[in-house]
Amino acid sequence: MNKLNFLRPNIENLNTYLYSGIFLISIAILDVALNSFFNTNITSFLPNFISFLLPLVLGTIGLHLIRIEFSGIKNLDLLNKNINTNTFNAILTLLIIFAIIKSIPPFLSWFIIDATISGDTKEACTGTGACWTYIKIWLNRFIYGMYPNELQWRINISFIALIALAFVGLLPSEKIKKFLTLYYVIIYPIIAFVLIYYLISGGAFGLEWVETGAWGGLSLTFIVSFFCLIFCFPVGMFLALGRRSDLPTVRYISVGFIEFWRGVPLITVLFMSSVMFPMFLPEDFFMDKLVRVIIAISLFEAAYVAEVIRGGLQALPRGQYDAAKSLGMGYWKMHIFVILPQALKLVIPGIANTFLALVKDTPLIFVVGLLEIVGMLNLAKTNPKWLGYAMEGYVFAAIIFWIICYAMSKYSYNLEIKYKTDR
Amino acid sequence: MNIKLNKIIPQLITLFAVILVFGFLTYNAQVNMDNRGIEFGFGFLTQESSFDVQFSLIDYDGSHSYARAYLVGLLNTLLVAFIGIILSTILGIIVGIARLSPNYLIERTAAFYVEFFRNVPLLLQIFFWYFAALRALPLPQDTEPMFGVFFLTIKGLFVPRFVWENLDIFFYSIIAVIISIIVIKNYARKLQENEGKQLPVFSISVGLFIILPLLSFLVGGVSLNFSIPELEQMSNTSFKYKGGLGIPPELIALTLALGLYTATFIAECVRAGIQGISKGQKEAAASIGLTPRQILKLVVMPQALRIIIPPTTNQYLNLTKNSSLAAAIAYPDLVLIFAGTALMQTGRAIEIVSITMFTYLSISLSISVLMNWYNKKIAIKEK
Repeated sequence: MNKLNFLRPNIENLNTYLYSGIFLISIAILDVALNSFFNTNITSFLPNFISFLLPLVLGTIGLHLIRIEFSGIKNLDLLNKNINTNTFNAILTLLIIFAIIKSIPPFLSWFIIDATISGDTKEACTGTGACWTYIKIWLNRFIYGMYPNELQWRINISFIALIALAFVGLLPSEKIKKFLTLYYVIIYPIIAFVLIYYLISGGAFGLEWVETGAWGGLSLTFIVSFFCLIFCFPVGMFLALGRRSDLPTVRYISVGFIEFWRGVPLITVLFMSSVMFPMFLPEDFFMDKLVRVIIAISLFEAAYVAEVIRGGLQALPRGQYDAAKSLGMGYWKMHIFVILPQALKLVIPGIANTFLALVKDTPLIFVVGLLEIVGMLNLAKTNPKWLGYAMEGYVFAAIIFWIICYAMSKYSYNLEIKYKTDR
Repeated sequence: MNIKLNKIIPQLITLFAVILVFGFLTYNAQVNMDNRGIEFGFGFLTQESSFDVQFSLIDYDGSHSYARAYLVGLLNTLLVAFIGIILSTILGIIVGIARLSPNYLIERTAAFYVEFFRNVPLLLQIFFWYFAALRALPLPQDTEPMFGVFFLTIKGLFVPRFVWENLDIFFYSIIAVIISIIVIKNYARKLQENEGKQLPVFSISVGLFIILPLLSFLVGGVSLNFSIPELEQMSNTSFKYKGGLGIPPELIALTLALGLYTATFIAECVRAGIQGISKGQKEAAASIGLTPRQILKLVVMPQALRIIIPPTTNQYLNLTKNSSLAAAIAYPDLVLIFAGTALMQTGRAIEIVSITMFTYLSISLSISVLMNWYNKKIAIKEK
């Protein structure tokens, strides 16, 4: 047997080092886990300070002992390479593992084990965990706002129809494919507007009129983001072209417009749309609050979209412009068939980020008194029957927004891969 | 001739359309204001505001003017932006470097943090900290002090306040330190260029930083005391802290949310910047015999900073603009005080909203101008 040197583990006594290292690490993890899950401290005989630091010290020594290069054991090498490269890394690794072990029990008990979902009054929530009953009872309001219960089928139907119509583009038929862009840019928004106007708002065809003040919740989030998304894109595209135009007047107006909207916070834009804008309209002209908000957000986001598209236009090599011009194409023909398709492909990630920002900005419409999901949460929170459940509501909304935004960013990533062409 | 006309006509049409729209809006505004009997003007700024503000950095009460109220709001906004920028920069750099760590667990933790916090609306995060997290804190009378002097309660964070004497002398000593460090740095550079000798600039600077302010305490008669917050009973159930410095919960929630949210974006900027340095640069630096620390200081960081700083400044601007969300939790910032309370009282929508927007616009534009200047200065000069 070779001499053991615990300061410098080597491959000759691989098993000795390995077993003693694993033993120390297991003790460290066991100590923390027992402390966390069963609230017992097996090292309570030691002074407080040492007992607290013991798992970390033992774990660090253990990881030091198993840090053997080229051990020949595949998993051990992988472990060393990834989480155990030096002492500093080993300590960080242990801290993260301990933090995870420590946070699992309180999280689980709040989220699931001690949580309540049965019953339909506040009295049902007796556990120490979350009160999901609150979410269950208010779910209808969180989704539809103050929209009358018996009319909610109208929102459902129009959303289903909109989603179905959005997938029309997937129907493969070479003949129709030419008109797809036209469909998405012009026809689809019109259909969407008509659907929302006549079906959700009502007032015609024997449907009861529902004022926009009653709209709310998640459905309002979707409506606002959907329309702003549709409007801000073409406006932003024209602004980007305007900013790159040869005509000084057009260029300066575009630059001024873009820089103005990019320089102010959205909340002041919404203030403007609610208190200042009506002053600029003719006396007897009334514009709905929701319409004003949608216009304001669209113009605001259009400036950001314009800057993103400008980046794509600038990234295109000059040769593309020269080639198109040499074929005798005019300004619009050149941009529609040569420049924009390539530029837009380049800026998919940037556009997706702007749209994500738009969705995340929709809660701000509470400023003008429209209550989408976050606004509804705040309303529900102050309901005297349901005081004290703010945490559950915010966690619920955070999860919903996270799912929406994460799905969008993953989708944009897929688009980026799909349209990637090698140059 | 034909070409010239081709260029002029679209410009004329655009100009005409813009003027038409503006003229239409101005005309309507004129008519509307006439009907309501208000006149456009900024005279109201000198009137007495007669509303109080919970938290202000300068002396303010109801007897001051609206202009003063505007200043209070502006300072509060800048305070939030300043603290938020410091917080998000520190956190962003740490997380950005952690995302590049060879340690799998650290990299995943940092990635989880970034993916989570940037996909949840900022407003929701502010509400969460303010209405859910900070409301779970204990009442003043039940609070256990941290390190004996910090009190984190439902009413805010109470910390010791510095009580200075002869503060100006201390300031002069700090200025003297900064000037002497600059002089020494220049001298060291000249020495290295001329004679090849290196001075330990860093240790000299640290030494100066300790010695000169210390001298100001010993010789200059500067003294520093702490006013520690103490709990005082006002009535049976009401307690209040006396002395010390109280930081309202609105400010804590706001800076926390802004810092955590913006840090995710800064982390991505830092990551992109460091990843943007090609491996060849590091290998070339190593091959001419630089030590790892020199490589980081002289080769990697100067190039990475060139990539990192512009988008990071953009994030600082976003943070400043996002601080206007303060209005949602009633932190008295520019939007709440001026575009909220002052507007409700005076009813002067056009003037007040314009001033507010112009303020934010000038902050943004001045920073963009600075940024463009900086970008031009540090751009690689290619031949």
